[in-house]
Amino acid sequence: MAIAEPPIRIEDAPLNAVRVDDVQLDITLEQLKKLVSPRALTGETMLLNMGPQHPSTHGVLRLLLELDGETIVSCIPDIGYLHTGIEKTAEGKTYLKVIPLTDRTDYLAPMSNNLAFCGAVEKLVGIEVPIRAQYLRVILMELTRMNSHLVWLGTHALDIGAMSVFLYCMREREMILDIYEAVSGARMMSSYIRPGGLWRDVPAHFPQLVQRVLDVFPGRILEYEKLLKENPLWKERTVGIGKISAEDAIAWGMTGPCLRGSGVNYDVRKAQPYSSYDHFDFSVPLGSNGDVYDRYKCRMEEFNQSLKIIRQAMKRLPPGPVMTDDRKVAPPPKHEIAYSMESLIHHFKLWTEGFRAPEGEVYFAVESGKGEYGVLLSGDGSPKPRRVHFRAPSFHNLQPLSEISKGALLADIVAIIGSIDIVLGDVDR
Amino acid sequence: MGLEQKLGDMGIVTTSLEKAVNWARSNAIWPMLFGLACCAIEMMSTQASRYDLSRFGMELMRASPRQSDLMIVAGRVSRKMAPVLRNLYDQMPDPKWVIAMGDCASCGGVFNNYAIVQGVDEIVPVDVYVAGCPPRPETLIDGIMKLQEKIKHEPLKKWQ
Repeated sequence: MAIAEPPIRIEDAPLNAVRVDDVQLDITLEQLKKLVSPRALTGETMLLNMGPQHPSTHGVLRLLLELDGETIVSCIPDIGYLHTGIEKTAEGKTYLKVIPLTDRTDYLAPMSNNLAFCGAVEKLVGIEVPIRAQYLRVILMELTRMNSHLVWLGTHALDIGAMSVFLYCMREREMILDIYEAVSGARMMSSYIRPGGLWRDVPAHFPQLVQRVLDVFPGRILEYEKLLKENPLWKERTVGIGKISAEDAIAWGMTGPCLRGSGVNYDVRKAQPYSSYDHFDFSVPLGSNGDVYDRYKCRMEEFNQSLKIIRQAMKRLPPGPVMTDDRKVAPPPKHEIAYSMESLIHHFKLWTEGFRAPEGEVYFAVESGKGEYGVLLSGDGSPKPRRVHFRAPSFHNLQPLSEISKGALLADIVAIIGSIDIVLGDVDR
Repeated sequence: MGLEQKLGDMGIVTTSLEKAVNWARSNAIWPMLFGLACCAIEMMSTQASRYDLSRFGMELMRASPRQSDLMIVAGRVSRKMAPVLRNLYDQMPDPKWVIAMGDCASCGGVFNNYAIVQGVDEIVPVDVYVAGCPPRPETLIDGIMKLQEKIKHEPLKKWQ
C-alpha cells in the first residue's frame, strides 16, 4: 500500500532568509539628481539622512533632507519600512478573520479600524446593527479617539522637549486601556467590533470605568493646557510652523484634525453619519492658520467633544441585544446550540467556512483620530474578500510633508511630523 | 544597608570577577530607543507612568545604537527594514543583547506573508523571546528580568 505524500504546509516551505548584502540601500546618482536641487551635487547644500531609526519620526519613517545651513531645501520621505502586506493577507482570510489584521494597521486606534471594516462588511452583506451596539460603538470610538490623541500629544510634546506631558498622557491612556481590557480582554488589539454588532455585551462594571474617565479627564485636559497652551517655548516652536492652506490641504487629500486645523469643516461623523452619530450633539473644532499650533488646538478641543459625546451616549444607552439576530452572520448563543439543530448547523457553518458576502464593491469610512479611515471592500460571493483596500489617513496626511517643510528649520521638521500625527503601520500597512 | 555590619569594618568583599562584572552589567542595561510597530507602543507604556521600567535599572533609552547594550525588537520587521536592523545591531558595542518582543519579532506572528521576516532571529541572535501580540508591559518586564538572570550566569568571554 502506497503511503500518500504529506501535503506541503506553508510553515515547512523554505523561507528566503534575508541576506543583508542583497538589499540596495543607496540610490544611484541618476535617481538622486531628480530628487534634490542641483546645488546638492556640487556640495553647496548638504544631504542628511533622518531615520528610519530616529526617535522623532514616530516609527520607521525615513527622510532624506537637503539642507542649506539649517534651512530645509527639500525633504523626500521614504516609506515602506513597515510594509506588512495586510491588504494582501486579508484576501486569504474569511471576513471575520480579517478583523485582527485591521487592529494592526493603525495600532493607536484599533477600534476605529475594526468599525471601518465591519461597517463595510455590513454594508456589503446588508446587516442591521442593534441600537445598543451602535451606541456602544460610538462610546468606544470616542474613547479610541482620545487614546489616539493622547499618544499623539505625549510623543509630540516629547519631541519638542516637554517630557512630563508624555508621562501624564500615558497615565491617562491606561484608564482607556483598562476599558479596552474589560470589554475585549486585550489591552491594545481588541478585535471587539464584529460584523453585525459587538463580540459580547460590555461587563457590568463598564459604566463605572467610563464614569471614571468622564470624571477625571476634564481636569487633566486643563492640566495639559496649563503646561502647553500659553507656554512661550511651546508657542515659539509651533505657531506659524508647517503652515498649509485650506486649498492645499484639500488638494493633498488631508483629513481629520490636519484638515480642520486649516479651517475646512469636514468630519465624516457629520458629513456621512454612521453608527447613529447623528443622534448626538457635538461640534467640530476648527482652526484658522493651518499651522502646528492650530492642529494642536483642534485636537485638544476634540478631547472635550469626545467627552461630550460619551456623556450623552452613556445617559441614553438603551438595553437590548448587541448582536444582530441574523444567524447567517452572527453566531447563535451557546445555550441554543444544545437543543436547536438549526443553530448547531449555523454555528458549524460560521466557524468552518464563514459567511458569504454577495458580489459587489462598497466603500465605508469612519472618522478615526487621524482622519477619514475608509475601507474599500470588494466581494465575489465567497466567504473571503476579493480585495480589501484601506484608505489610511496617515498615508494621505504624510503626502504634503515635503511641501510644507520647505524653508522650515531642521528642528521644525520634528514639530511638523508630530503635528500631522502619522502612524507608520497605517502609512505602510 | 546592613551589609557593613555583617562584614565588620574590613571594607572588603571577596567575589569572582565574573560575578562582579555580571552583577554590574545586568543592573544597568541601556536599551536602544527603537520602535517598529504596535509593540513599540507597549514598550512606551512599560517605561511610562504605571509600569515604570526604571525600577529595574533600564529606563535610560538611548537613541543611538553606539550607546546601547540591549536591542528590543518591538514589532514586525519587514524585508525592507531587515538590513537596517542588522546595521543597527552591528553598530552596538559589545557586550550586547537582543530581546524579540512580540510574536512578529519572534516568529512572524499573524503575518506569514511576503513582506515580513519570519522571526528576527533570521538576522540577529536573540537572547529572550517575549510572547504576546503585543505583550503586556508585565510580560516585557518579565522578559527583561529573564535576560538579567541570563546575564548573571554568563561566563566571561571574548566578545567578537
